Amino acid sequence: MNGNDAYIRIEKVSKHFGDVAAVDNVEFNISGGEFFSLLGASGCGKTTLLRMLAGFETPTMGEIYIDGAAITGVPPHQRPTNMVFQNYAIFPHLDVRRNTAYGLRTEKLDKAESNRRVDEALEMVKLQGFGDRKSTELSGGQRQRVALARALIRRPKVLLLDEPLGALDKKLREEMQLELRALQQSLGITFIFVTHDQEEAMTLSDRVAVMSGGKVLQIAAPKEIYNRPVSVEVADFIGQMNFVDASVTDLADGQALIDTAGLGQIKARATEFAHKGANIVVAVRPEKLTLSKDRPAGEGNAVQGVISTAAYLGDRSHFYVTVAGTDKPIAVAAQESDMSDGQSLGADSAVWLSWSDEAVVLLNRA
Amino acid sequence: MSDVGYIRRHNRPLYFFALFYLAFLYIPVLFLPLFSFNDAIYVAFPIKGFTTAWYEQMLTNEPMHAALVNSLKVGAASSAIATMLGIFGAKAVTKYRIKGEKPVVSVIMLPLVIPGIILGVALLILLSRIGVTLSLYTVTLGHILICVPFSMATLMARFEGFDKSMEEASADLGDNVWWTFWRVTLPLVAPGVIASLLLCFTISFDEFIMAFFLAGTEPTLPIFIYGQLRFPQKLPSVLALGACILVVSFVVVFVSQWLQRRDDPAAQGLGN
Ligand SMILES: Nc1ncnc2c1ncn2[C@@H]1O[C@H](COP(=O)(O)OP(=O)(O)OP(=O)(O)O)[C@@H](O)[C@H]1O
Ligand SMILES: [Mg+2]
Repeated sequence: MNGNDAYIRIEKVSKHFGDVAAVDNVEFNISGGEFFSLLGASGCGKTTLLRMLAGFETPTMGEIYIDGAAITGVPPHQRPTNMVFQNYAIFPHLDVRRNTAYGLRTEKLDKAESNRRVDEALEMVKLQGFGDRKSTELSGGQRQRVALARALIRRPKVLLLDEPLGALDKKLREEMQLELRALQQSLGITFIFVTHDQEEAMTLSDRVAVMSGGKVLQIAAPKEIYNRPVSVEVADFIGQMNFVDASVTDLADGQALIDTAGLGQIKARATEFAHKGANIVVAVRPEKLTLSKDRPAGEGNAVQGVISTAAYLGDRSHFYVTVAGTDKPIAVAAQESDMSDGQSLGADSAVWLSWSDEAVVLLNRA
Repeated sequence: MSDVGYIRRHNRPLYFFALFYLAFLYIPVLFLPLFSFNDAIYVAFPIKGFTTAWYEQMLTNEPMHAALVNSLKVGAASSAIATMLGIFGAKAVTKYRIKGEKPVVSVIMLPLVIPGIILGVALLILLSRIGVTLSLYTVTLGHILICVPFSMATLMARFEGFDKSMEEASADLGDNVWWTFWRVTLPLVAPGVIASLLLCFTISFDEFIMAFFLAGTEPTLPIFIYGQLRFPQKLPSVLALGACILVVSFVVVFVSQWLQRRDDPAAQGLGN
């Protein structure tokens, strides 16, 4: 990551609308040049936080610093940020060129230079030759590109994107994701990207802030959020996860000995809340479990169960395995190549589930 | 057209009512152009013959020209000012959701229901008490008063359907509120502004009562016409003028209706 570690500092920021705390005591930093995502379900306060960065909302409490300067009193038109709006907000009375050039007024460029800048911006978003198009005659993807070009032409330090790909179909969305990421890397500016699509956040971002009910639950790199979620809520929101109730029976040199409801006695890396006797939740990703017909050799963790449903999805398979003692079947995802001996495992087959100690995450019971 | 078919089939009484209504409305009006070409001083049947003499007389009637110019001046000034006030009023009411907005709007709309004669008398008393001489300015003042509610009503409809993120985008791209208003808000509500200008102009142009009370020595056209009715030989050229105004009014109303109907702001090409 280039740039300084705390290019943007959000300090104890809250925003209340009447009784609703849309953003609730949020605190974190964003580095210069980072691709940072705000991820969360609808209504969790993502847009509100972004609008406070852009200057359209004033924090009820707290302060935001950009490049060391407090920005609460700075009106939107004087901030070093530009925004791609959720609905794009393309000016209907201006053509593509004029939309793109809109933000150049304040720079007082001569005609040639401003034309060059517009061409450059349109090229950046692959809209060369669309300049004369009426903005009402554009497809969703093209509107999105105009919104992007219009924001980037001002060469902002920070680009704010509010679910910019939400309205596009899946194929176009994946294409735009790659383009956005490439654009961000070539420009080297900070992107703050709002999305409710966890896959999108995971593929694009350097770091992700998972939000819920106005609060930030976890901020970390995508891999870390996936592998080491800090709470049941985060784990549940990001991908699929098996949760099993458990209690800690013993602690020894950084390892916790845990009695689980259904997965037997297991060992796992201890966490701060995993004190002796604590009621916790054990979480395991479906793809970290291995299925086999016979008990795997060695001392590893293993339990027996019966397959309740099996689904083959080409290169992968999904199974639900009923294990005595658990309240829900355990989900297992397996690559074709992992399947032991190529045996076909259908419903009602008796199987063994096994996993490594590292596969297990200990979480506080909510 | 299937619309007409639908009306004929299921709503015959309504169809006849519409026909009757249109006849009731327009037949008297059509006498105006008819008699303006009639070769007789008296407005009576049978029609005597075709002449353009009244139109020629109209073209040389200096006092009539003066009155017409007065009305145009008053109409232009009061429609411009009323529309300007209407723009800011409608903007304030629809954007800021100000406290006590409902009562404020009601008060602004009040002149719609107060009889013109009462407003006229009230203004006359007020102006004469503070010692203002009656002139075209006082007529303009009165007309602004009655035009603002119409302007507000026209423009509020326009501002209600306005996408707030357009103005936010403009601010985000470096424009302060004034530039944003000039470059985004105004172009997007332009059809409403033009409709309001036309509406206010028409209201002012044929307004009689307020002008009657508030005009000084310079009459507006309706007052001049009223004065002419006492002289039968002048009547035909008034009819000629009336016919001309009728044609212009039709055009104006048609244009303003057309602008109002183009409701979708996304379909506007203005500002280019
Ligand atoms: N202007 C406002 N007035 C009142 N409440 C608001 C306002 N803006 C947002 N809220 C409330 O604040 C909360 C957060 O809204 P926000 O728009 O930030 O959510 P979001 O995470 O962007 O959701 P989505 O994914 O649906 O866009 C919601 O409960 C919303 O109802
Ligand atoms: Mg949102």
